[in-house]
Amino acid sequence: MSQANSGAVLAAEAENREFLVFSLGDEEYAIDILKVQEIRGYENVTRIANAPDFIKGVTNLRGVIVPIVDLRIKFHFETVEYGGQTVVIVVNVADRVVGIVVDGVSDVMTLTPDQIKPAPEFGVTLSSDFLSGLGSLDDRMLVLVDIDKLLTSDEMALVESTSSQ
Amino acid sequence: MDIADFFDTFFEEAEELLSDMEQHLLELDIDDPDSEQLNAIFRAAHSIKGGAGTFGFTVLQKTTHILENLLDYARKGELTLRADLVDTFLEAKDIMHEQLDAYRSEEEPNQEAFERICQTLQQIALDEIGQQLDGPATPASEPKASSASSENGAEGKSSEEKAANGHLLVALLNVEDKDRILLVEELEQLGEVQSQSGDAKRYEVILKSSDSADDIEAVMCFIIEPDQIEITAVEGVAAEPSPPEEESPAPAAPAPQAPAENTASKASPAKATAKEKPKKAAAESSIRVSVDKVDQIINLVGELIITQSMLDQTVSDLEEDQSVGNASLQNGMSLLQRNARDLQEAVMSIRMIPMEFVFSRFPRVVRDTAGKLGKEIELITEGKSTELDKSLVERITDPLTHLVRNSLDHGVEMPDVREAIGKPRIGKLTLSARHQGGNILIEVRDDGAGMDRDRLLAKARENGLNVSDTMPDEEVFQLIFAPGFSTAKEVTDVSGRGVGMDVVKRNIQSMGGRVEIQSKLGEGTNTRIVLPLTLAILDGMSIKVGGETFILPLSTVLESLQPSKDDMYAMAGDDVVIKVRDEYLPVIAIHEVLNVENAITDPTKSIAVIVQGEGRRYAMLVDELIGQQQVVVKNLEDNYRKVPGISAATILGDGSVALILDITGLHRLSRYKKEAGKKVVNNQNLSSFKEAEPS
Repeated sequence: MSQANSGAVLAAEAENREFLVFSLGDEEYAIDILKVQEIRGYENVTRIANAPDFIKGVTNLRGVIVPIVDLRIKFHFETVEYGGQTVVIVVNVADRVVGIVVDGVSDVMTLTPDQIKPAPEFGVTLSSDFLSGLGSLDDRMLVLVDIDKLLTSDEMALVESTSSQ
Repeated sequence: MDIADFFDTFFEEAEELLSDMEQHLLELDIDDPDSEQLNAIFRAAHSIKGGAGTFGFTVLQKTTHILENLLDYARKGELTLRADLVDTFLEAKDIMHEQLDAYRSEEEPNQEAFERICQTLQQIALDEIGQQLDGPATPASEPKASSASSENGAEGKSSEEKAANGHLLVALLNVEDKDRILLVEELEQLGEVQSQSGDAKRYEVILKSSDSADDIEAVMCFIIEPDQIEITAVEGVAAEPSPPEEESPAPAAPAPQAPAENTASKASPAKATAKEKPKKAAAESSIRVSVDKVDQIINLVGELIITQSMLDQTVSDLEEDQSVGNASLQNGMSLLQRNARDLQEAVMSIRMIPMEFVFSRFPRVVRDTAGKLGKEIELITEGKSTELDKSLVERITDPLTHLVRNSLDHGVEMPDVREAIGKPRIGKLTLSARHQGGNILIEVRDDGAGMDRDRLLAKARENGLNVSDTMPDEEVFQLIFAPGFSTAKEVTDVSGRGVGMDVVKRNIQSMGGRVEIQSKLGEGTNTRIVLPLTLAILDGMSIKVGGETFILPLSTVLESLQPSKDDMYAMAGDDVVIKVRDEYLPVIAIHEVLNVENAITDPTKSIAVIVQGEGRRYAMLVDELIGQQQVVVKNLEDNYRKVPGISAATILGDGSVALILDITGLHRLSRYKKEAGKKVVNNQNLSSFKEAEPS
């Protein structure tokens, strides 16, 4: 391979993005892998009274108190079960550590820019504001979630809304 | 090391020097100033000037320079100190502080304030000494100084060499009588005048001095021109056996190093080096540690404690299974337990700083406030070395300032009034701090008028507060913390608007503390602030409701009891009160407020914990009391948000999270929920609830 060629490959690779793919029910979602701190099991969550139902509570992550959000409840999935496969993806957004409950984590995918399609206007459950696009991979479709925007949004009630500060 | 680090170091040092300077200025006895103190003030100004010059902070350098020159006169006794001069010096110090802050935030300092203070200081020099201060050390003034020293360069050198011998012939040429008297007086300050003679044209003084010829000339040049002086060394004058006596050669040494520097600064190094040495040794052997680092260690230690309690659990489980072979494990455990506790204490102590940091600002506050009010106050501080958590020290300053101002304004009477009622003219204000149990007790005591119970009650009625004549004194005095409550007959710009005291109380409560007032009409008032030593660790009472564990701050818990049906009374709607020893307390069922499932709903089967928050008592219904334990307080807001009714979280021995209850928050929440009816309360409409609350 010539040098010019490898340079072009590197440039193209730089634009490729890696995503962590997880499942909610039968659907596949993905978030930017750089936001992910770790993946752990779902256990020992302390309920917080008077919080929205999708906020499961808080847990102890090596001395840090971390809120746990169940995206399945947030996205109105019908079956919400906690089992051996249920995992918590611990993400770092806006200087905060938040755990999100999902049905399972499948793999890490690299998407090239042309594999990312713009998200169409969605329904009310998941506003397209919170999506960075749709990833098409052969016959699979990944919903690319902008986890930053989603978790800091007012409707997630995770952060003190700016109006009250 | 980055240049920015040097900047930071300078800022920190300058800040310390400024507060040193302020402290000395305040302690200064105007009628009989301590020369050591004047020197210290001068040295501080000098060091700041030097640093400011190095870093190119011209405005600060110039301000300090002028102040330094004036201080130099003061320490030489040429400038007689008066209270208003000290005020001006203090003002100059404040302006320098502002300039420092401006430089720190990379802004240009306020030019107007700079010019004003320079003018004021120049004016003082003109009025008091009849001398125009030479301008700041601008290039323009330098040639003058250097030419002065080069002019008698050779002579000066030779005289310096003999300076140790100590006898100098100082000749004053064409000096007017009045200046001459001043000069001779000046020379007397510098050494011993052996003889003097001559006329206006040439007046000769034989001086025995350890100062070098250069130094003497430089001092003289404040009054006359350099070419009016001749200084030569003389040997064996008066046939005195002048052995290499008490004057060590050291003072002369620094002089040749800085010929071009201004006089004022020139004289100082010699004295400064000699005097600073013992001071350095006595200075606190402390290091600066970034709070972040300390916090990190504290977190680690907190975890160690958690690990330890997990292990503890394991060991006790093991004990039940097999009694053989775990003796050594238990030994190790107890060792770990002790080590962990020691380590925790040691690390916590890093965060502790003495109350002196708070108290040191009060001499100024008292001086300014008393001056404004025309009162005479003596400030006494006790227990300056009592240590308190740094975060608390920072937060206690404002409430304490408010209480002190309040005491000065409303407590201590005017000097004439005091005399008329047979009290000493000078009012006494005492600030004290001491440890008491696991708390720190800070007191603001005055020997003023005290609080008038009847007037407070009358005022409370006027404000529509619910009071009765039989209320205990303690509760009556607490009325002054009600918002908008002021019995001051007139509003001054110091206090009396009725804002503030409620803020004081809220601030102290947010630190987990409380305020108590003791007062006797005509004799004085004692305001006591009780604070926990640290916010990082809390003595808690763990309770169970349903399957959930919560922590109640132990300081809020008064007692617990089993409620009987006869003591419970329903009030309009859902409200329930419980009668405890002739007092009706509102009942808060935690399982209702926090929606806990599977909890005991029959009050007579649950336990009522009587708690106190913001001066009010409540009965909390819980399922079970588990026990007392120390918990490491973890912030919920770091990664989540404020939760109504919950103040923080902690981690239990099994690694799970338990929430720490906020008594008054729970009460507000329960009232809000009842008002909202049976409507499901979720976080969305809770945010409107929170906004309505003062934060």
